[in-house]
Amino acid sequence: WFRALALGVSFLKCLLIPAYYSTDFEVHRNWLAITHNLPLSQWYYEATSEWTLDYPPFFAWFEYALSHVAKYFDPKMLVIENLNYTSRATIFFQRFSVIFTDILFIYAVRECCRCVNGKRAAKDILEKPTFILAVLLLWNFGLLIVDHIHFQYNGFLFGLMLLSVARLCQKRYLEGALLFAVLLHFKHIYIYVAPAYGIYLLRSYCFTANNADGSLKWRSFSFLHVTLLGLIVCLVSALSLGPFIVLGQLPQVISRLFPFKRGLCHAYWAPNFWALYNAVDKALTIFGLKCNFLDPTKIPKASMTGGLVQEFQHTVLPSVTPLATLICSFISILPSVFCLWFKPQGPRGFLQCLVLCALSSFMFGWHVHEKAILLAILPLSLLSVQRAKDAGIYLILTTTGHFSLFPLLFTPPELPIKILLMLLFTVYSFSSLKSLFRRERPLLTWLETIYLLQLVPLEIFCEIVFPLTPWKRHFPFVPLLLTSVYCALGVTYAWLKLYISVLTERISVRQKVE
Amino acid sequence: KVHLYFSVFVADLLVYIPAVILYCFSLKETSTKKKASICALCILLYPGLILIDHGHFQYPLSLGFALWGVLYLSYDWDLLGSVAFCLALNYKQMELYHSLPFFCYLLGKCFKKGLKGKGLVLLTKIAGTVVVSFAVCWLPFCTDMEQIMQVLRRLFPIDRGLFEACMFSSPPPHLANIWCSLSVLIKIKNIVSPQTQLKLSFAVTFLSLLPTCIKLTVQPSLRGFKFALVSCALSFFLFSFQVHEKSILLASVPVCLIINEIPFMATWFLLVSTFSMLPLLLKDGLLLPYAVTMLAFLSVCVASFSIFEKTSAEDLQLKPFSLSLKGYVSWFKSFPKIVRSLFLLSVTLMGILSVLSAAVHPPQRLPDLFPVSVSIISCLHFLLFLVYFNVVILWDSKNSRNQKKIS
Repeated sequence: WFRALALGVSFLKCLLIPAYYSTDFEVHRNWLAITHNLPLSQWYYEATSEWTLDYPPFFAWFEYALSHVAKYFDPKMLVIENLNYTSRATIFFQRFSVIFTDILFIYAVRECCRCVNGKRAAKDILEKPTFILAVLLLWNFGLLIVDHIHFQYNGFLFGLMLLSVARLCQKRYLEGALLFAVLLHFKHIYIYVAPAYGIYLLRSYCFTANNADGSLKWRSFSFLHVTLLGLIVCLVSALSLGPFIVLGQLPQVISRLFPFKRGLCHAYWAPNFWALYNAVDKALTIFGLKCNFLDPTKIPKASMTGGLVQEFQHTVLPSVTPLATLICSFISILPSVFCLWFKPQGPRGFLQCLVLCALSSFMFGWHVHEKAILLAILPLSLLSVQRAKDAGIYLILTTTGHFSLFPLLFTPPELPIKILLMLLFTVYSFSSLKSLFRRERPLLTWLETIYLLQLVPLEIFCEIVFPLTPWKRHFPFVPLLLTSVYCALGVTYAWLKLYISVLTERISVRQKVE
Repeated sequence: KVHLYFSVFVADLLVYIPAVILYCFSLKETSTKKKASICALCILLYPGLILIDHGHFQYPLSLGFALWGVLYLSYDWDLLGSVAFCLALNYKQMELYHSLPFFCYLLGKCFKKGLKGKGLVLLTKIAGTVVVSFAVCWLPFCTDMEQIMQVLRRLFPIDRGLFEACMFSSPPPHLANIWCSLSVLIKIKNIVSPQTQLKLSFAVTFLSLLPTCIKLTVQPSLRGFKFALVSCALSFFLFSFQVHEKSILLASVPVCLIINEIPFMATWFLLVSTFSMLPLLLKDGLLLPYAVTMLAFLSVCVASFSIFEKTSAEDLQLKPFSLSLKGYVSWFKSFPKIVRSLFLLSVTLMGILSVLSAAVHPPQRLPDLFPVSVSIISCLHFLLFLVYFNVVILWDSKNSRNQKKIS
């Protein structure tokens, strides 16, 4: 049945080839051209197009490899000056390359399914946790629309991450570490979850034994393991960054990889804490203006919702600097990392910490893209088929996270596609998880259910009602604002709930042991 | 544009899809819910209908209503069935292809109940329902005779001038029709006059329909009815004079209904029917959806019905036929293998021809090479299928079904 699922989703992806693609398509075409034509020393300096190379070197090598296949499809796409070049062969090649590299993702899902054992052996295939997990991962709505419509290469990157998680679950630590190191040099956004990996490997691999009560046995520190891990990391980094260090280009590469000139929020606010912060700021501004607490002349004209990506100032609440976001993220990660250190519960504890790190960084990061919610959703799927509590949190996070991805596809022909796919995925996830955990308490409280049901009127308002009203010209950002604020509430709630459940679980385990 | 396509989808959702789902759940063979849903999935994935309705753009209402008609008849709700079919007929006159089986089946049912008494009552009730439904549909046009004549003239363009214009131009070579395929070899219009051509096609169609219809009137059974739908539509498609490529859908949808009984032949037929529409699909730029949906349909059918195991004579419903032939032919031992290899051969041929049509330019001397080859191959397949379906109907007797019940 696994093959049937994989084949089915691949067919669906093939059918999505002519759909709308975003500017990311041109980005990748540009990178194909850059890596194909220019020597290594020019890769991070090339700036003919506005979409400069801002992924780590391994991804650049990947594009280089792709470009060698691309020249058989349409050589003209490899000319750097051909900005926004989109022949049919180009579209077909790039889309097909995403579908093809998803093979790695499919393999990783298969490995993850092997790590998951259901508590009860179900007779019907449709009720097995492995089947449900396979569907939730392979047919993940967010991944489908981000990768195959909006166009990105997240499939195989998430494949690498899931594969490394699977390897860690199978206690093949070195492979897991190697895969993660490689992944980090493909896309540096995964640095968000690096603390989880670091602490877990240190705790469970370098200290090879625990005391009777589960706490750390300092004496079991294994130098060999540490050196092996260090060797792997250094080797991978040398392989990727080595050539650039030799050429003395490291500062340029770093500046390209971490562009802090971009504002706190994207043009469309990712549903994180700063979206709520901005909303409160805006509300207070309007309130202050109405009650004449504030001077209208002092407020800058450019509002944060103007749609441009710049640095902005908040009017009422204090402005947020990159350093502040870093400190906030760090503080929010600390509790989960401490939990992992002091009371590791094996792979499951590691997964929980991973999800929490990803979510916390999503909540407080600088210039977070809403696509980063996938970083938390996919690992959470692994947890959701094992425990009812996690399943409830997963349902909330997934539904709101996927809903927040809607503004990425704003063209009319994609509207039926995204609504239908979202409905399909949401209905399936709800019904399958409910039937999997039907013997336990209901997964969602009535408040949560009402919150999720309100997404439907919100969507109707944003897509159908609002464009027909006269407010569209004056306040074009209102649908985006509503979507991101509403989803931010859901994401924050899921984050807090997950944190509380992890912390209370640890405390209860510790009490049991004592 | 998006709105139009969305309206097709809504129409599909309201009429066709519920009919398919209810039909699958009402079949006696699909006892479990799972089997029924798999059957429904296979039917709904039929590439031809998806591509023509949502790609080429047409409303699936007529086929949907005809399907409702079949559904009602399977529950023995004859009146509702006739109403549904009249609606279908008044939506698109192409449904006349299906009218003969409906007529013969209902007539046969009336005869079975005895011409005096219950049968006559049923006959009058059905006739009354048909007349009333037609009247309701045609009411706005019934103001005067001239309007009705105008509507009829538009529906059936047999005006002298238009008729002769159609006759004098040779039929387009890319239709999987007997006359079109024959016209490649011999120019019929040089041999016989247009009037004779029309009479000839009428006669041949009628002759090919006759056995099935007589059998259906004499022995009305639901199974025979469904098979008759297929063979009549197929006969009309093959032997009519002016026919559109899309008319093959009128034969494919009934085949979808019997996919449960003869999965192997049904899958084969449905693949060929979609393949026969390839020139039309290529013109609409639907190559990629065509490839993907064909592959998806084939894999779903192979997976759900395991068609490659069900190729014996009994599975193909040819048991009675083979019993009567046993004296004459002795190669039935390797029948499944022959059938399987024929299937693989034909699928490979279709695949190769699809790729060629899409990728390669035809030689200068024969610009229509690929559409013509597609249509000739489809025509040959359809002839074989016609023979097969007729054989199944004619040799299907109550004895064989009793034997099945005993064993």
